[in-house]
Amino acid sequence: MTHAIEAEIRAFIDENFLFRSDQDAIDAGASLLETGLIDSMSVLELVTFLEGRFGITVTDAEMMPENLDTIAALTAFVARKTSLATAA
Amino acid sequence: MCGIAGFYGERAEAPRDAALVGRMLDAIAHRGPDGRGVEVRPGAVLGHVRLSIVDLEGGAQPLADEAGAVSITFNGEIFNYVELRNDLEAAGVRFRTSSDTEVLLQLYLARGEACLDLLNGDFAFAIDDRRRGLLFAARDRVGVRPFHWTRAGGRLYFASEIRALLAVPGVEARPDPLGLADILTLWAPLPPRTAFAGIFELPPGHRLVARGGEVDVRPWWRPDFPTLAEDAADGRGEAELREELAALMREATRLRLRADVPVGAYLSGGFDSSATTALASDLLDRPVSTFSVAFEDPEFDESEDQRRVAEAFGTDHHTVLCRGADIAAAFPEVVRAVERPILRTAPAPLHALSRAVRASGTKVVLTGEGADEFFAGYDIFKEAKVRRFCARQPGSSLRPQLFRRLYPYLPGLAAQSPAYLRAFFGMGLDRTGDPLFSHQPRFTTTARCLSFLSGDLRAAAAGYDPLQALRESLPERFGLWHPLAQAQYLEIAHLLPGYILSAQGDRVAMAHAVEGRFPFLDPRVIDFAARLPARLKLRGLREKHLLREALGPRLPARVAARPKQPYRAPDAAAFFPGAEIPYVAEALAPPAVAAAGLFDPGAVGKLARKCAGGRARGTGDSMALVAVLSGQLWADGMAAAPARPLARTA
Repeated sequence: MTHAIEAEIRAFIDENFLFRSDQDAIDAGASLLETGLIDSMSVLELVTFLEGRFGITVTDAEMMPENLDTIAALTAFVARKTSLATAA
Repeated sequence: MCGIAGFYGERAEAPRDAALVGRMLDAIAHRGPDGRGVEVRPGAVLGHVRLSIVDLEGGAQPLADEAGAVSITFNGEIFNYVELRNDLEAAGVRFRTSSDTEVLLQLYLARGEACLDLLNGDFAFAIDDRRRGLLFAARDRVGVRPFHWTRAGGRLYFASEIRALLAVPGVEARPDPLGLADILTLWAPLPPRTAFAGIFELPPGHRLVARGGEVDVRPWWRPDFPTLAEDAADGRGEAELREELAALMREATRLRLRADVPVGAYLSGGFDSSATTALASDLLDRPVSTFSVAFEDPEFDESEDQRRVAEAFGTDHHTVLCRGADIAAAFPEVVRAVERPILRTAPAPLHALSRAVRASGTKVVLTGEGADEFFAGYDIFKEAKVRRFCARQPGSSLRPQLFRRLYPYLPGLAAQSPAYLRAFFGMGLDRTGDPLFSHQPRFTTTARCLSFLSGDLRAAAAGYDPLQALRESLPERFGLWHPLAQAQYLEIAHLLPGYILSAQGDRVAMAHAVEGRFPFLDPRVIDFAARLPARLKLRGLREKHLLREALGPRLPARVAARPKQPYRAPDAAAFFPGAEIPYVAEALAPPAVAAAGLFDPGAVGKLARKCAGGRARGTGDSMALVAVLSGQLWADGMAAAPARPLARTA
């Protein structure tokens, strides 16, 4: 399931932040902030996308780079939230 | 205020070369609708288009000395020409006209290059000196007036605007990959580079000497600041400095009201332009004509404060309403005027404003530019201070909350979590020793635009780092200054001339033959400001502290107390109002993007879809869209008719 989540997240980032298609794929562990892909507003776009696409709620306390700043962290975060939702 | 063009080199021949310089002048005819002159000399041709402001009858140019050995073509104003003339006359110099041009020529004859230090003015000029067999050109301290040059066919060609150089056979309009990389990172090319390959800008505060085939470019003035230790030891009293500054500003304004035509004032509603309006009102015995931009969107509009100031000083007030549709409609002409890609639409409303000024019959306006740079008004200075404060306690979750206070007008920031505030503004916190520390977040956001460059341009600019180039351009003493002074220098030496005074200044004003004058950029004012200790510029997070103390009491209380609100205009959204704007769709279409060769068609397509879908909310996307659209329009203009003059509207 995480593969599907990661693919969707990558597609969103590619369409909305990365733009170029002739570049190497982003490393799953690369910081989106430090690579300049995301600025302070883009984080809000990203959260809006996650909530809309995966039916989760990102609380203020969860809006932190530890959860959202790499593709790997994003994938793990969404997987955790969706499995919690399923379990509940 | 005018436009200049010409060349230096042997074999100047009339009438062929007079016609060539005539074509160069045609390209900048908008700068000088009141007259033109071309002088063919043995080793140079000087050309001039004139906007008559001082000595309406006798101020024609080029102007030679009586022997004809030395001749000048000059764009700008020497505000202290009356005092300089008195000194020269006392020394026995006789004058034939009452123009400031002749004062400049005589001062050069008397003092040579050292004349520059005595000039209180905004200027760019070229002097052909047959006595010494050289061309001497110079530009004012902070770069109010433009000067560009290039070489072709063994000659050095110069002009106020690049379009005049593109009228010269053999000078091609080609993009400079490094100049574009500069713009997409730093907002403006690093001089002498421009957006055009092989065409150079004479940097602010520099002079150029051409002799034979040699060209020597050197600074004659650079901003300087006290060392950190001197800053800390400066115990001068605030009250005394406040009075000194008020007197300096009054004198700076008095000199800038010198003209043989009426002088008006731009009024944004902010502190600086309100202060210049107040000073002008005090000095004139008639109502000042004030000119403002009002926005339909309340997020940008400041007309309430504009009205308060206009009422307080009984000005003859004019307002131009600017809607998103107006920005989109004017944008192609604005890009033609600025001659390069830009990242913001903010020059567009100022372009509309200068048109309104001209239509009202006014040729000269005072503006408040320069105060934010020299007295520390910009948010970026506060941001850097808070970032340094955060860097001392990297784990603090409370300190980053200060960023929200810095930008109350940015709705997106209020929604950020403390963790992200820290992460975003914290970029570079481990690099507080980097000379560019203050501007790192801005440059990082802007540099996202680089990813839109085409593969060819990226390859051509490979290995070039605009940030490193900027670091290498800094003066030796930079590291000794207070961090605030370092941040100020980056604004004063780069952003002010490269963007504020050009894209938002000279180019959009002169597109309608309007001359801007800047009391805050008077040499005595900027020397005074540069010597001030940091505590009197940014006190806590109160910007322009001493300036507010000196000039605030004269202003309506609400305007005096108002925190800095940056001048902003609707950006990318203006180009996607719902219904498609044909020229925008055409410029961003993949075939057009591929044909121009500047940007990657696929990346531009995604960005355009995001903007058209209303999903672009961040500064980065907006800047990228404006950069791409302006780049496409710029490339289109180069391909079609690079030397075509701007439309005449007056």
